[in-house]
Amino acid sequence: MDFSVFFQPAFSGGGIYLDWVFSGIKWTLLVSILAWIIAFTVGSVLGVLRTTHPVALRAPATAYVEVFRNIPLLVQMFIWYFVLPEIVPEGLGNWMKGEMPMPEFWNAVLCLGFYTASRVAEQVRSGIQSIPDGQTYAGLAVGLTRAQVYRHVLLPMGYRIIIPPLTSEFLTIFKNSSVALTIGVLELTAQARQISEYTFRTFEVFTVATVVYVLITLAVTVAMRALENRVRVPGYMGSGGK
Amino acid sequence: MKPVKVLLAAAAALALAGTAAAQEGTLKKIKDTGVVKIGHRDASIPFSYLDDKQRPIGYGVDICLKIVDAIKAELKMPKLKVEFVPVTSQTRIPILTGGNIDIECGSTTNSVERQKQVAFAPTYFMTGTKIIVKKSSKIKGYDDLKGKTVVFTAGTTNERAMKAYNDEKKLGINFIPSKDHAESFLAVETGRAAAFPMDDILLYSLRASAKKPADYVIVGEFLSDDPYGIMMRKGDEAFKKLVDKTVMGLYKSGQINKIYAKWFQSKIPPKNINLGFPMSAALKELIKNPNDKGVEACGKMKC
Amino acid sequence: MFSDFDFDVISRSMPYMGEGMLFSLGLTFLSMIGGIFLGTLLALMRLSSFRVLNAPAAGYVNLTRSTPLILVIFWFYFLVPLAMKKISGDAYATGIGPFYSALIAFTMFEAAYYCEIIRAGIQSVPRGQSDAAFALGLTYGQGMRRVILPQAFRNMVPILLTQGIILFQDTSLVYVVGLTDFMGAASKIAQRDGRLVEMYLFAALVYFLLCFSASYAVKRLQVKYGAGR
Repeated sequence: MDFSVFFQPAFSGGGIYLDWVFSGIKWTLLVSILAWIIAFTVGSVLGVLRTTHPVALRAPATAYVEVFRNIPLLVQMFIWYFVLPEIVPEGLGNWMKGEMPMPEFWNAVLCLGFYTASRVAEQVRSGIQSIPDGQTYAGLAVGLTRAQVYRHVLLPMGYRIIIPPLTSEFLTIFKNSSVALTIGVLELTAQARQISEYTFRTFEVFTVATVVYVLITLAVTVAMRALENRVRVPGYMGSGGK
Repeated sequence: MKPVKVLLAAAAALALAGTAAAQEGTLKKIKDTGVVKIGHRDASIPFSYLDDKQRPIGYGVDICLKIVDAIKAELKMPKLKVEFVPVTSQTRIPILTGGNIDIECGSTTNSVERQKQVAFAPTYFMTGTKIIVKKSSKIKGYDDLKGKTVVFTAGTTNERAMKAYNDEKKLGINFIPSKDHAESFLAVETGRAAAFPMDDILLYSLRASAKKPADYVIVGEFLSDDPYGIMMRKGDEAFKKLVDKTVMGLYKSGQINKIYAKWFQSKIPPKNINLGFPMSAALKELIKNPNDKGVEACGKMKC
Repeated sequence: MFSDFDFDVISRSMPYMGEGMLFSLGLTFLSMIGGIFLGTLLALMRLSSFRVLNAPAAGYVNLTRSTPLILVIFWFYFLVPLAMKKISGDAYATGIGPFYSALIAFTMFEAAYYCEIIRAGIQSVPRGQSDAAFALGLTYGQGMRRVILPQAFRNMVPILLTQGIILFQDTSLVYVVGLTDFMGAASKIAQRDGRLVEMYLFAALVYFLLCFSASYAVKRLQVKYGAGR
């Protein structure tokens, strides 16, 4: 084993191979965090819609969840990147392929975000549904509208309950961000592959990449556990699913 | 316990020595398993690619099948089975060194750097890096690529040559990696990338099989020289000798001309295109005086 | 915009895609069996009170669960053959082949996920059951085999199957090492014939139909099982 390979001058772009690792970490985090923002927002809206009564609201949300959950992420990645620009109007398609900055990166973010939204939606729905109906009735009885019940009663409770499953969804996005390498995003796994190709030090390079993934996972888990303890709802301990 | 261990070790050493004398390395492995595993490419036309029934065919595959015949004769195993394993530019070396293929018949440049990992048979084709671009892009050479997007097939010598050129000339090219040549070419076809640096012969065949061949031009001086060779594991002299002998036999007997004409100067599947690519003077010279010399990885730039 | 679509490319490539689908299904099925078997072992280790058993199992599960599947595939695809050569000392040891490399990678990866499902399943069996088993004089092994695991698995069937559907979707990632599973076959034809749109949409449709009907079946099963108890 020889980890000095990371301090050798890199093949291209100046710097050393360690710089490639850091650049990989940067892209992995950027993809994960931006995708998470989309997943959380879209997923919350869909999750709420799935708990509402009108079919016109519920059905599209259910359809969305089923479609995005039942197609492999890799296939969705290819559809965003390779198919979408070809079936939209030509001007827009050309923009998506050439003129927009960093098309691989943004496609990966959108794909991961909308894919994970379907999973977040399910967590949000189960969080809301785990709250006893009595709370909704109490809210309505004191004169809140349905929207206000969601805003002041169901969502604040629901989110706190589902912090653990949401954490694991974030970690899933973080790991899934490696699928972005299939459309050319040089995130951590892709960089590891590339360094191993240039240096033939596959074992050392994969070890470092794995350690980085584990450390970031650990850091997120610890941080989220602290958050969970701070916002815990008395009487609801550990009732949030997984 | 000790004497027993020593005895056991001695017995084991003897047993090993016994088999080693008969056959060793790759040949022994092939004999034991009854299978020879050939690594092939998906889109290295006309060296190693899939036909319309998705079977691997090509100039390299044909030569490898001649090698299989030689192995059959050497081992006196006429019923030896051939198993084809798909590889990419990125996976070919680890798969070979890992033992999942015995020889790779594709479009692999014999480079000095790769020789540290694997061995090559005598060069069977001579090519070099150029770029393919859309005619409408008006790109005439490498320096026109300033600030543009260039797609490369990950794990190729062309990737290195292009990156080294970019570093030296400070062109600020935006690189995107892709998995195989067909995917890279599609990036140019769909307008995602302005250029694709690759061995010129592969560019000509990709263009010939494109939907509208006339839309593309192949430009630039050679950025690197790329001698192709069949890859096998390093340090296995007996196997290399057999492979080398077979390849050089094809050269000496002139059979190579027939195989060459079949793939480069006649209609080939799946689209019945004739590449019309006569044998270069360099290859003729190599056939007269075969060698397995490698080239520097970064082409004509320094690494 | 759909005018220059070539749907013929799909029918032309059916046999090849069929082979790819067999690869995907075979890989899913075998790594599911392997994963459940190994996952059960890991779960039992994790539940054991001996540190020498539970610590390594916990370490393995946490490590695997925090590593991306693609990286795990790379690990097993590129490094395990080399490691096996080192161990056997035979520089020309035959590789186990791409399918088995992928199979080992998926089995090892899924085992970590199955372990957690099975552990929760075992813990969901009321304590009284194991107390009763031991009171009857059954050994640990007998108690697990005859009393606890059958009940636990009965409860877990839907989740295990759902994980199997996820696994089926994940097998598409063997694309990264150039193997020809269903997605690999689709992409090879898509790229060779320049028909990305047709082939990828077709692949998506096939995956959707299969996974959707499978998860629907699992849901039905869940209702049936749930009603039985």
